[in-house]
Amino acid sequence: MTPIRLLAPAFAVLSILALPLVVLAKDTGRIFVSNEQSHTVTVLDGRSFASVATIKTGRRPRDIKLNSDKTLLYVACGDDNRIDIIDVAKLAVVDSIRGIDDPEVFDIGPGDRQLFVSNEDAGKLSIIDLATKKLVRSIKVGQEPEGVLVTLDGASVFVASEAANLVQVIDVASGTIKANVPVGSRPRRLAQSTKEVWVSAEIDGSVYVLDKSNYTVAGRIEFAPKGFRREDIKPVGLTLTRDGSTAYVALGHANRIAIVDAATRQVRDYILVGKRPWGVALSRDEGHLFVANGASDDITIVDARRGEVVRSVPVGRTPHSVAIDD
Amino acid sequence: MTRVAALALALLLGSLSAGAAERMVIGYVDLMNDARHEDRAGFGGIVFEQRGRPHDGAALALEDLAMAAQAGGIEFELVAIQAADPAGAVGAIETLRIERGARFILIDAPAETVAAAARAVRGDGRILLFNVSAEADALRGADCSTHVMHLIPSTAMRTDALMQLVVVRKWRDVLVLEGPDARDADLVRALERSAKRFGVRIAAKRPFVLGSDPRERDQNNLALLTSAASYDVVFVADDSREFSRFLPYQTMSPRPVIGAAGLTAEAWHWAWDRDGGTNVSRRFRRMAQRPMRGEDWAAWIGVKSIVEAALRARSTDFATVAAYLKGNEFRMDGSKGQALSFRPWDNQLRQPVQLATQDAVITQAPFPQFLHQSENLDTLGADRPDSLCRFPSDSR
Repeated sequence: MTPIRLLAPAFAVLSILALPLVVLAKDTGRIFVSNEQSHTVTVLDGRSFASVATIKTGRRPRDIKLNSDKTLLYVACGDDNRIDIIDVAKLAVVDSIRGIDDPEVFDIGPGDRQLFVSNEDAGKLSIIDLATKKLVRSIKVGQEPEGVLVTLDGASVFVASEAANLVQVIDVASGTIKANVPVGSRPRRLAQSTKEVWVSAEIDGSVYVLDKSNYTVAGRIEFAPKGFRREDIKPVGLTLTRDGSTAYVALGHANRIAIVDAATRQVRDYILVGKRPWGVALSRDEGHLFVANGASDDITIVDARRGEVVRSVPVGRTPHSVAIDD
Repeated sequence: MTRVAALALALLLGSLSAGAAERMVIGYVDLMNDARHEDRAGFGGIVFEQRGRPHDGAALALEDLAMAAQAGGIEFELVAIQAADPAGAVGAIETLRIERGARFILIDAPAETVAAAARAVRGDGRILLFNVSAEADALRGADCSTHVMHLIPSTAMRTDALMQLVVVRKWRDVLVLEGPDARDADLVRALERSAKRFGVRIAAKRPFVLGSDPRERDQNNLALLTSAASYDVVFVADDSREFSRFLPYQTMSPRPVIGAAGLTAEAWHWAWDRDGGTNVSRRFRRMAQRPMRGEDWAAWIGVKSIVEAALRARSTDFATVAAYLKGNEFRMDGSKGQALSFRPWDNQLRQPVQLATQDAVITQAPFPQFLHQSENLDTLGADRPDSLCRFPSDSR
């Protein structure tokens, strides 16, 4: 595992000196990165970005998310049909929720009561009770479901179906689909503000903005970084600031992050990161953006306010998602 | 003639589609005896490639898009007729059109049958055929028809893909071995065109035959066939595969083999593990109990293109859906990582070509080293200026 080499003391010290302004968290500040092809989660120090630990997980760990008090990290392990639970204090897998068919992306509902996960291969959305760690129900959705997002009130779940070109809205209480929103080709991931849900459409090369109040398309954003053709633009991961004013969209094959002004839906800037960036995560203070570069086995840390790359840090093979304990 | 082996796969979706959903019939015609879909077996009955009917791919697409269809309020039905012979296939198209109202019909048959079907529907402005499995360049060239869309990559697209690889790898000289089948000759002709297009040299071109007759040893002995020439790679044209599968590791110079063995150019290979490829292949295997092949993908993308065009155009009207499907705006996902669309000059589906060994997709063409002024995918196959296809100007 390459991250070990990063611990070379001289390198670590130098990097701290070089970055006196990077102060990320009151808590451990640690950064967790899932590595799809190493079957591990890399843990980085929040200040030095040096590797603290490499945690072995089930095979093909993809989405990762912390619970609300940040004591547990859930890891969707697609090839082992389970969700591993990492104790953040112990940095070890302490439990697993088994029998979850090919879990890919998930979200956790308010109060940490339920976890909603897309079963990519089975074409389902599964609802898991986190207290009993049992599957409550599975709902048939469009083929190849990926992005899952629980609304802030916990009443609805949005699911993006890659093969059906649909975003489906599921009523949590009844477990029924209450809306189908056709979007561009290959919808992947979702992000939300209070009023909107943003959807990346990878093959369409765009982001769709959905109105939460009536489940209709309220806008569409295209990307045109200089020197790229339409076919090179493949948006996947995206996140919004809490006030809903700014969006960060990972453009995949174009190796860039687009910074979008949400109100005007104009792209403010494009930031060059690593190869095939997909997963993105903002620090709690929204000062730093962490980008998982799937094809260069590293993450790029971006100063979100200045729109500048702080540095890149090698992790495991094919990093998928980032979660931050801050 | 057309046996009533017609199997109708109706997707009747009750729950959500309240009220009167519109209906659309997608036709499918194939041949009862089509050796191209039988398992490839060698001496002693050894099966070295599992094959099957691409109809499985068409059925999978309908299942994949069931929920999208339901959401869009259109009920799609796939109606298949298996014809006893080529003439029957032409009749089956007529049956599907008249009796079932099918205007979009997939045809899985060899090139001659596709050409005959195209001739039979000539002048009917309200029908579109989708060629599932005939790779012949002529169907996209001199014999092209405005009524036929081509889902499977042409022979030229495949040889272009391989020659791009040869250039990217800096292999300069190719030894060409040509089999006795007419299709082998077609393939070599396409290869020579591709070599010229991408600046690859053909070191030598040698015919081969199967056998051990010492009087023909210059044509049946692998050592002799691959010596007395300087080459970086061997291209073998062998529709039977019975010769080529023994070629790798037996060449006189230690050089890779491409074409019919070693590295082959495919529309789809089951080992493609990016862009959702594993999901598609896995669903296919569950349904068909065999690995997904290029022709299966072609049938899958054919139905997908019709369904998606109808849903996006929000219509079941033939002219509206056909215009949308052929139009500039229509781009769809085929799990090969790039947006796919049809070329207006010859109706060929633009798509990456997968270059694969038996158990891995090594890479996909086109390569970033080859840029095209508008669409990089058009570096594969006949580009607009090279195309021999001339549609009647009023029916574009």
